[in-house]
Amino acid sequence: MIRSEILREIAPTLRDQLVVCNIGIPSQELHAIDDQPSNFYMLGTMGLASSIGLGLALAQPKPVIVIDGDGSILTNLGTLPTIGNNAPSNYILMIIDNGSYGSTGDQPTYTSQRTDLTGMARAAGCARVVEVQDVDTGPVLEEALASGEATVMVVKCDSGNAKMPVITMDPVVIRDRFMKAIAS
Amino acid sequence: MNIDKRIADDMAANGISFVTTVPCKQLAGVIEEIDQREDMLHIPSNKEDEGMGLCAGAWMGGKRPAIIMQNTAIGVTINTLATLIQYYRMPLPMLISYRGELREPVACQVEMAVHTKALLAQLNIPTYHLHWQKDVEELDNILKYTFMCNKPVAILTDANFWGGYGDQ
Repeated sequence: MIRSEILREIAPTLRDQLVVCNIGIPSQELHAIDDQPSNFYMLGTMGLASSIGLGLALAQPKPVIVIDGDGSILTNLGTLPTIGNNAPSNYILMIIDNGSYGSTGDQPTYTSQRTDLTGMARAAGCARVVEVQDVDTGPVLEEALASGEATVMVVKCDSGNAKMPVITMDPVVIRDRFMKAIAS
Repeated sequence: MNIDKRIADDMAANGISFVTTVPCKQLAGVIEEIDQREDMLHIPSNKEDEGMGLCAGAWMGGKRPAIIMQNTAIGVTINTLATLIQYYRMPLPMLISYRGELREPVACQVEMAVHTKALLAQLNIPTYHLHWQKDVEELDNILKYTFMCNKPVAILTDANFWGGYGDQ
């Protein structure tokens, strides 16, 4: 499975949750598959989805699901110790690990070679880390929501992108409707 | 006057309840003060752009944030300031140790000090430079201004403000 197929499968679960989605094609795919006010789309700033989601989870009690990528985690590796030492029980980091920089032409990342994000997350202090095969993402995400524990999911899947339109929504509109969804 | 407590009190009085920090020797006292306070959640970050991501999320979740860092971080965070904090119109007070200014003992610090105000000006970030300890009287107004306009605002605090760096 590629990322867009996973997103399509878990869309019914994501619909009712606060979602912070990684820059580039992941946000374009989620936006095209099931746009919701409760989705925060990153339009810039590669690497910070996990940090934005962590700040949000620490500030309020609703569950927060971060959809991130292996490339973005590698660019902000300092996030893993911060998550490992501070993540509250309402925080779920789902790393779609397809071993490539999808938004820039599918160049390989180091997770396609020797680097193991599951092991790195554990070593950083994250207590509940689950490595998942693409086909099992939906049930494991449901388990994470039900677990009452901060969870890092590393979802191993194939490299590839669906062709979706660029998000043209104004960033302040994205942010404003997201804040209203948080407060509702 | 205990300057560290005064700064933390002003932050608390302006509703700031989420603070992330990357340390600097000049900021050690205020970081320790914030860490001990029950009215503020202190989450240390490993890099300043990561810290700005935490602040963005905390603000959307209903907490007023602040970041405490060194001016060298301006070099690290330009993209984050432009494409996250400014693009989505978020408030972010940045309490910055302004290394490389008067009474600085480490020559290399001057290399980023000479770019600091130029970079902030290029980004159209409102910038205040506290040089004398009495300048802290402006802090309350600066924080009110930040949350009024939903912008990142830089508060530069040099070695003279902190009473000298080490033995200098």
